[in-house]
Amino acid sequence: MQVNPVMATEVDPVVLRVTDGCVELGGRPVLRGVDLTVTAGEVVAVLGANGSGKSTLVRTVLGLAPLRRGSVELFGAPVDRFRDWRRVGFVPQRVTATAGVPASVWEVVASGRLAHRPLVGPMRRRDREATRDALEAVGLADRARDGVATLSGGQQQRVLIARALAGRPELLVLDEPTAGVDLAQQDAFAGILGRLVERGTTIVLVAHEMGPMEPLVGRTVVMRDGRIAYDGAPLESFEDVPHAHAHHPPRPAVDYSPALAVPLDRATSPDEEHPS
Amino acid sequence: MSYLAYDFVQRALIAAFVTGLAAPAVGTYLVQRRQALMGDGIGHVAVTGVALGLVTNTSPTVTAVVVAIAGALVIEVVRQRGGASGDIALALLFYGGIAGGVFLTGLADQSATTLNTYLFGSITTVDIGDLWVTGGLAVVVVAVAVGLAPRLFAVAQDPEFAKVAGIRVTAYNVLVSVLAAVTVTVAMRTVGLLLVSALMVVPVATAQQLTRAFRDTLLLAMALGTAASVGGLLVSAEIDVAPGATIVLLALAGFAAAWPVGAWLRRRRRVTAPFAAPVLAREEPHTVVPEEHEHAHGPDCGHPAIVHGDHVDYVHDGHRHAPHGGHYDEH
Repeated sequence: MQVNPVMATEVDPVVLRVTDGCVELGGRPVLRGVDLTVTAGEVVAVLGANGSGKSTLVRTVLGLAPLRRGSVELFGAPVDRFRDWRRVGFVPQRVTATAGVPASVWEVVASGRLAHRPLVGPMRRRDREATRDALEAVGLADRARDGVATLSGGQQQRVLIARALAGRPELLVLDEPTAGVDLAQQDAFAGILGRLVERGTTIVLVAHEMGPMEPLVGRTVVMRDGRIAYDGAPLESFEDVPHAHAHHPPRPAVDYSPALAVPLDRATSPDEEHPS
Repeated sequence: MSYLAYDFVQRALIAAFVTGLAAPAVGTYLVQRRQALMGDGIGHVAVTGVALGLVTNTSPTVTAVVVAIAGALVIEVVRQRGGASGDIALALLFYGGIAGGVFLTGLADQSATTLNTYLFGSITTVDIGDLWVTGGLAVVVVAVAVGLAPRLFAVAQDPEFAKVAGIRVTAYNVLVSVLAAVTVTVAMRTVGLLLVSALMVVPVATAQQLTRAFRDTLLLAMALGTAASVGGLLVSAEIDVAPGATIVLLALAGFAAAWPVGAWLRRRRRVTAPFAAPVLAREEPHTVVPEEHEHAHGPDCGHPAIVHGDHVDYVHDGHRHAPHGGHYDEH
């Protein structure tokens, strides 16, 4: 494993740092002034409700969502000038639509080695070994020659995890890796993650709920409305945030003004149907 | 087979060979990106390029390459911007291309016959200069499509992952578009602009009936494309019909033959697939419960399931059980 001599002398080198990160998608603010620092060897879970900005946060960290304001650094370099992508592994949310041409499990996992390979030329022995190791780690070595489309949803998710593992990354970013995966598969996945943690991999994990991964996590970040609402000791769920009350009075369940209803709406409005 | 001695037949055979090799190589990436009709669109735009060459008395091949590349880049920009209007924008481009071509040909005082040689191909009129251009472009297309296959595959398969692997996704997408435009122009003389897309797509569709891997699909499609191209030319010479149409019909016949085989292969694979083995994660000391279970506990067995560390316990009849190998542990 390559270790930068300058960084090795520090106690906990910073792997990623987001400073005042603001992201807009379609004119809507999705991240608002997020500050986050992750040091080497940390296992951070990012929790939050749907639409809280947790996926956008990790996509921003990887340079996939453009920053409106603020900065992102990966291994000390600004993300738009970061070139050492072989140190980073990414497990995206599973895409259900498969491509128009069949691809084998081996081919998809081997594409995780691209950052290590020259522009042209066949895979070298260490590329093949890393691909094989990754397939064994997720228990799919016997399916290597099968088409990805013939696998079940949980197996396809494991293929994506293997693809990230094949690059032997120092930082692994996972976006809801266990969404739609049954509990037995989640168990197996937690086992894979546990071995990576032992190896010292830094892990940032977006999840809806922790499930079997809970014992591995060393720190939880909870996102709410594009801001970090909690950053500290591990939590089981984003609903467990201490001090979880809202600082604004709760909105009424119906937030439109009845005065704006058109005459046809008014004829069937609940008030007239059920006069008090 | 005495006609094989003629120079023009030999030139036609070489042109058919390189076209059949290059078209499916690029076509595989277009099909992978679900853009099977892009070749057709570029072909329509290239008609304007050909007509531009006729009007200005320059080589129609050169102007067709330039206009086809410009059209392909516009299509790529529209594709990346996305949006609901993308489909419409492409349609406008396609019909503008072919109408502009016919219009310009009229302005150039050229008969429809001249344009027809490009619309439907005229492989027997390929001269030695055409052959060098066609051959050179085809070699470049095949070298890039095969040499950069791992990267092009990753970009089309999962663009976001490719970006995080440090690959310049936009540059590679533009590269595929340019390759497609060049291929359309290469195949223009063989099968014609209106049928070029068939030679890019049909061999790929045939190949993937039989293959499970991307690389196998790419190579088999190139072999099938070459066979259809050269075979179609020979058949058309035997029975004296248009070569372009014969080549495409032969490729389609190949698909018709491969489809039942593919359906049978897929069915057999499904039937013989083994059931997934249960996942066993725990290796700690444990208490085995020697109890008969009427069913295997699972996500839908109806018993309350409790997440317990790295596994799941099921509660029933006063026990809390976790499946472990062939038995259940008390927890």
